[in-house]
Amino acid sequence: MLLMKAGVDKMSDETTIFKRPESLSDKITHYCPGCTHGVIHRLVAESLDELGLRERAVGVAPVGCSVFIYNYFNCDFMEAAHGRAPALATGFKRTRPDMIVFTYQGDGDLASIGMGEIVHAANRGEKFTTIFVNNAIYGMTGGQMAPTTMPNQKTTTTPAGRDVSLAGYPVRMAELLATLKTPSFIARVAVHTPMHIVNAKKVIKKAFRLQKEGKCYSLVEVLSTCPTNWGVTPLAGTKWVESDMKPYYPLGIFRDPEREDSR
Amino acid sequence: MIGIDTMAKKLMKGNEAIGEAAVCAGVKHYFAYPITPQSEVAEYLCWRLPEVGGVFVQAESEVAVGNMLFGAASTGKRVFTTSSSPGISLMQEAISYMAGAHLPAVLVNIIRGGPGLGGILPAQSDYFQATRGGGHGDYRTIVLAPASVQEAVDLMILAFDLADKYRTPVMLIGDGMIGQMMESVEFPEERREPNNPDESDWALNGAKNREPRIIKSLFLDPQELEDNCLKLEAKYKEIKEKEVRHELYNVSDKNRILIIGYGTMSRICQTAIDELEEEGISVGLFRPVSLFPFPEKELHKEVAKKNIKTVLTIEMSTGQMVEDVKLSVLGIKPVEFFGRTGGIVPSPDEVKEKVRELL
Repeated sequence: MLLMKAGVDKMSDETTIFKRPESLSDKITHYCPGCTHGVIHRLVAESLDELGLRERAVGVAPVGCSVFIYNYFNCDFMEAAHGRAPALATGFKRTRPDMIVFTYQGDGDLASIGMGEIVHAANRGEKFTTIFVNNAIYGMTGGQMAPTTMPNQKTTTTPAGRDVSLAGYPVRMAELLATLKTPSFIARVAVHTPMHIVNAKKVIKKAFRLQKEGKCYSLVEVLSTCPTNWGVTPLAGTKWVESDMKPYYPLGIFRDPEREDSR
Repeated sequence: MIGIDTMAKKLMKGNEAIGEAAVCAGVKHYFAYPITPQSEVAEYLCWRLPEVGGVFVQAESEVAVGNMLFGAASTGKRVFTTSSSPGISLMQEAISYMAGAHLPAVLVNIIRGGPGLGGILPAQSDYFQATRGGGHGDYRTIVLAPASVQEAVDLMILAFDLADKYRTPVMLIGDGMIGQMMESVEFPEERREPNNPDESDWALNGAKNREPRIIKSLFLDPQELEDNCLKLEAKYKEIKEKEVRHELYNVSDKNRILIIGYGTMSRICQTAIDELEEEGISVGLFRPVSLFPFPEKELHKEVAKKNIKTVLTIEMSTGQMVEDVKLSVLGIKPVEFFGRTGGIVPSPDEVKEKVRELL
């Protein structure tokens, strides 16, 4: 978007064609090479900027790889206990409904230890936004099995691969939450190719817009990469999202209060 | 009915009075999960708070309640919850995080007998949990223990003031009796205005024309974590200097025995003391009102008096506060203990029998 706009503007030496969103700080992130947390941070920050929400935004950080997200955003933040971000967000938003609240959570945080909190926050229709980053593994603690780990995927706690007869099948959170009757916006996107990133941005921005309009709870699940703990190169990681994750975790919008057929 | 007539004395159940006291303190946000014997607080506030423009959220668990409090407290407004023993155990995660993040909140524990699911009758068996922090890490919470419904109201309002002043979780503990019994009660005429979060220099109110604020208890650098713990420790030191509260009953130089009891237990001891006085046996009562900070110096001073031969701690537990009594008495006088537990409330006769045994 920015590139195109700059192209139309005068092509002087000083034309800014790309810059850091105001909602991001200038700190260098600690994420591993090939990890897509940075891309997702940027999409959230761009959405806050474009909707004019930064000055009344409060983020809730999870426990997991993105535990230090508060260092990378240029807005107020609180740090939750593992899995409890939706409870903090509920408490905050109910007390300050005029603020914009979002949780940013990984798969261990949201789909394992925080399963109760996320289901009930969504079911109450809390008016905040959740960015759910699913990379099919526990990153920060060193590559253990997550609820979203793929069948037969090797992790440090499933060295022979996830045995679905013992550990069950990966949890599809977007589909699970979409079964709730309470109105919500529930979507799954990916960020492993430029095309997917452009679409993910649209969906994330819509999630925040719905909160801005006081419409409903919104959750965007983002398929992400973890080359370090998957034991692959960054490029192979993006290919694995396409070949293995996407077929099991189909992309799309599962609930949309603005669409007659998916309310 | 909009509100209640604050000028008149009301006959009210402790749990409902606790709810109304919070309204008097300017609280608009309350989060809770049902549990006996304190569910009446939620049943009262679910209609009372909307009358004053407030919000009650019935959470999915006490784990969520505690963390909702963390989030709500981060706005800088007054927030609170009530629960009973097993529920308070589940909230320990959030209490530890709130203490570490310097967040003000009030939690009420209407204690029932434990351990485990225990029973639903009155007990004082959560003294250790309340006064030793309760959750993980180097922290304490201020703990206040009312002995009547009226005092529960008064201490609730104080609890919110202390929580704001020291930016710390404050716990009010009442055994089940305090929550369930009805007594006459008066509420203060003056209603507190809710805190204005925009005047706060720490609350999260939007990074407009200022740097972002972060509320957290995570400090990976050990020096930063030690600094935070020392900041907490300095706060607790000040609390120990300024916020000690206790009451004396029938204390005189005729006492040979000094009873230490708090909450409902102190009321039963008062009855026993009155009856013993008629028999010509003079016994004094020292009642800690703040359990953390424990009135160590004040108790030591009373115990040091020449006429006191024996100190008798009486609790509705197998002996928890008695450890703080011993730490205050510092061995200068013998410390005896009597207690009933599991939801059994000692009778005045049992107290008198124990006193006679020690004479």
